[in-house]
Amino acid sequence: MASRNVLLVSFAFVLLVGVSVLAQGATYGVGRTPTAEEIRAMDISISPTGEELPPGQGTAKEGGELYRTKCAACHGAAGVGSIAPLLKSKNPSNPDVWAKERILPLRAPHATIVWDFINRAMPLGREGTLTANEVYSLTAYLLFLNALVPEDQVLDAQSLPKVQMPIGNNYGSLPEWKPGTPRLKGYPY
Amino acid sequence: MGSKRGRRDFLKNGATLAGGLTLGAAVPALGQEPAAHDTHAAPPMLKGDKDTIAYGVRSKYVTAVRIPHGARPSPDQFGLTFHIATPLQDSVGVITPSSLHYVATTRGAFLPDIDPKEHSLLVHGLVDRPLTFTVDDLKRLPSVTRLHFMECAGNRSSRRAKNVQESHGMTSCAEWTGVLLSTLLKECGMKGTAKWFVAEGAEEVKGASSMPIAKGMDDCFVAYGMNGEAVRPQNGFPLRLMVPGFEGIFHTKYLRRIKVVDRYYINYNEFGHLDQESKEAALDYQIGPKSVITYPSGAQQLPGKGFYEISGLAWSGGGAVKLVEVSTDGGKKWNKAQFKGTPQRMAHTRFGYQWNWDGNETEILSRCTDEIGQVQPSREQLAKYWNKPYDATFTVTGLDNSIQPWRIGRDGSVTNGFA
Repeated sequence: MASRNVLLVSFAFVLLVGVSVLAQGATYGVGRTPTAEEIRAMDISISPTGEELPPGQGTAKEGGELYRTKCAACHGAAGVGSIAPLLKSKNPSNPDVWAKERILPLRAPHATIVWDFINRAMPLGREGTLTANEVYSLTAYLLFLNALVPEDQVLDAQSLPKVQMPIGNNYGSLPEWKPGTPRLKGYPY
Repeated sequence: MGSKRGRRDFLKNGATLAGGLTLGAAVPALGQEPAAHDTHAAPPMLKGDKDTIAYGVRSKYVTAVRIPHGARPSPDQFGLTFHIATPLQDSVGVITPSSLHYVATTRGAFLPDIDPKEHSLLVHGLVDRPLTFTVDDLKRLPSVTRLHFMECAGNRSSRRAKNVQESHGMTSCAEWTGVLLSTLLKECGMKGTAKWFVAEGAEEVKGASSMPIAKGMDDCFVAYGMNGEAVRPQNGFPLRLMVPGFEGIFHTKYLRRIKVVDRYYINYNEFGHLDQESKEAALDYQIGPKSVITYPSGAQQLPGKGFYEISGLAWSGGGAVKLVEVSTDGGKKWNKAQFKGTPQRMAHTRFGYQWNWDGNETEILSRCTDEIGQVQPSREQLAKYWNKPYDATFTVTGLDNSIQPWRIGRDGSVTNGFA
């Protein structure tokens, strides 16, 4: 009898909790709650300050070896370009980075973007096969090719976001978007 | 008796009359005796086969096709698909058939062959309850069906463009069905610190774009339907994020993940679109008012002077099209065009203008004004705005929404007015 009462009370409690969760906004109750591990596996976005970067490390020296075996066939020796995009400027003496070619490890405002793209999208046809250490090493090598880090600098989750890229925050920011606003304020057309 | 003869006479006279009419109508027009079978000629038959009964095909006499856009071939040497342009010169109405909808990929992508039963959408980040939705889950939720254009940032006319497919073919319009992103974000309980979100695809390159959360809550939706059936693989099967009025690249295909964040995450896609000045950046974001005449347009041939209904498409990322004007004298006089149907927000709008061509050389142009008052500019006006010389070196900053002139020659030829 007592245990039955406990059961009833806990049932009522579950009902109440359920209702209060619904009241906070889950209107339809459709969809499944993913596990923390599922989210970790899917979440490959990297913020400009690198919070999501995984443990691991690498240097340009290590990256150079990897580059020769995994990247050079398409991107050419030392990033000079082949059938795949250039990874090193053909015009390194020009001080105006905006006037140079659109090269990811040179014109990315944050070094984390280079890491992110190699991690999610390279090598072509074998995406997602690089280890975190390999991605750090290759990122270091491409930044080294563009004279942005020394060959022996260790890049990891702490040091990578601190690499000073030529553009940094000096790019044209997007307007704050609101419904029904023109594409550019004051633009006559 | 009398009535019987009367009927016979009537039939006889009727037959004579009908025959006379047939001859009378046909002889002056054709100038020869009609062949005996002309009046009930039967065309050759299309044999029904299992496949075409199951899923219809167009007539072999209809030959409009997409073409690779710009200098990049598709498929390329890796088998990647890059940019493919819609044959706007052959378009009627406002809906682009799914099989003719333009296609673009940033790095170039292999088309993923996704089993929708294996596919799901994760919404996470700055939310109280991260949730995973299967495609079937999404179909249970309240849906929207909306007509929307899409346009690639690279859709710009040039002196080299011979026809409207080459000059404007990187835009299309379809009817999309799906669930508002705001419905999903509310279901997950979005936090007050949310400012941006990242949308990501499931293809091998995991293409991702960042957008302001205000846009996500306003009118973005996760589409599973396109033109009355499932979204096509080239357009993002099984799920595509619709970002009405924003440049095509934001409309993330094979959508697998939405991450709500507190600042601007720059992905490869954003890096590729980065501009030095804020003014340029703004013009590479929400699409401006734009229109183009599709008939008569480049490489078409007018048979001679006389009546033509000029036809074209107008659209804007700022909302619905409010006004389209057509000029048939190189821009001296502008005349109000007629809408074919009611203009929808961020959708192609078909317009027409009735024109009697006098056979003289001229230029025809169209100009769009949208519901928030933005007006499509001429290239000359843009050069003046940017303080640049209006010559062969001039390029339009941001997405090019300038007025397209088509030149009509005395021989009825139609050519690009820039060339």
